[in-house]
Amino acid sequence: MNGAVDLPRVEAIVVGASAGGVEALLTLLSPLREGFLLPIIVVLHLPDERRSQLAEVFTRRLALPVVEAVDKQDISAGTVYFATPGYHLSVEQDRSLSLSLEDRLHHSRPSIDYLFESAADVYGPALAAVLLTGANHDGARGLAQVKRLGGLTIVQDPADAQVSTMPTAALKMHQPDHILPIHGIGRLLVELERIAC
Amino acid sequence: MEPNTEIELRLLIEAIYLKYSYDFRDYSGASIKRRVQHALSQFECATISALQEKVLHDPTAFMQLLQLLTIPVSEMFRDPSHFLAIRQEVVPLLKTYPSIKIWIAGCSTGEEVYSMAILLREEGLLDRTIIYATDINPRSLEKAKQGIFSMENVRAYTANYQQAGGQRSFADYYTAAYGYAIFDKSLCENVTFADHSLATDSVFSETQLISCRNVLIYFNKKLQDRAFGLFHESLCHRGFLVLGSKETLDFSSYASQFVPLVKQERIYRKS
Repeated sequence: MNGAVDLPRVEAIVVGASAGGVEALLTLLSPLREGFLLPIIVVLHLPDERRSQLAEVFTRRLALPVVEAVDKQDISAGTVYFATPGYHLSVEQDRSLSLSLEDRLHHSRPSIDYLFESAADVYGPALAAVLLTGANHDGARGLAQVKRLGGLTIVQDPADAQVSTMPTAALKMHQPDHILPIHGIGRLLVELERIAC
Repeated sequence: MEPNTEIELRLLIEAIYLKYSYDFRDYSGASIKRRVQHALSQFECATISALQEKVLHDPTAFMQLLQLLTIPVSEMFRDPSHFLAIRQEVVPLLKTYPSIKIWIAGCSTGEEVYSMAILLREEGLLDRTIIYATDINPRSLEKAKQGIFSMENVRAYTANYQQAGGQRSFADYYTAAYGYAIFDKSLCENVTFADHSLATDSVFSETQLISCRNVLIYFNKKLQDRAFGLFHESLCHRGFLVLGSKETLDFSSYASQFVPLVKQERIYRKS
């Protein structure tokens, strides 16, 4: 970690993951204990046949409450929201979630870029965005926008990622605040929560 | 959001409302912002202000922009389990009415309309049903009226139709020609296609069933409530409201005025 003293006070965490993402997210989120207060909003690309098991798998393995995002739902502290497969997920100015059916971006719906960009518009510097393993280029543009609006950006070290394409693409577009292996990102989230809450 | 973008976006939406009476002021902000930004590249405008000037002075340009602001993403028998639930849980109750009025709100290019009409015909209800199919986009309504869909899409719809409990061969309902499927005109004999805005217009008829699927996700809570208010007013006692598979009444002030009939499939009844 590049010095915990420099960490900002954030109000929400957004996470994007694609190929290899289920394992990476389990590693990242399962150490978080009950009572972790920051909301975590996740876009995970999944092949169609695995869609229905998503919330189930994570509910069983995480201490935090896990829900599949519902349109117009308020964002609550300490909850992990997963984007609904087949719909884009965005954050609205009143800090609620919205779904939409715009075209796929990078062949993906939900799109990591759309979640990151909309969350950056709402939270600005009070947002932390985490981009993990994946085989496409989603998330790079969104991460750059989070940075532009003052948020904290974290990219999984490509050497540590199961599939390095997505973190590598993001690193080509902008220099994030932190490049860390998955366990390091986990420790950073705990630290962010300690500072914020 | 960057301060200028926020200001320009609000001004554009206000200008559209003042000039053309299309009201996007209470649409969900994130999606409308993305669509406007997409429009900037299509119109080769550097700023939203430039786009505003263009559409304010050129109705043709506005009609082009309207196509980008509304999202005609639809398919026939989308979420087959939803249509199966209508067939199994709603149709038996609809059959008790001597005549039926159905409102398909936000019908876009007509996929929901043809799906509903086919389902009703197979259940022997189409002849005594009037369907009002409404949308704000005149080009979408025109396409809906024509009932011509690309064969490529129709292949996917065929699988949906079968999973939704379809009783015949889906090809019975259309004629294929030059890569397109032209749907049977008799399906639309009792369909009235009309311009109607859930944001600005009022109720026009009493109905027994309202289908409004994947429209409300583009509205903020205030506008969703306006729409639910219209639906509540239009529906007869114990009338049916069906929504998209990820939409809910739960966060609305009308939540207590409807009861779920098949919650998983977002089928509600006016209580």
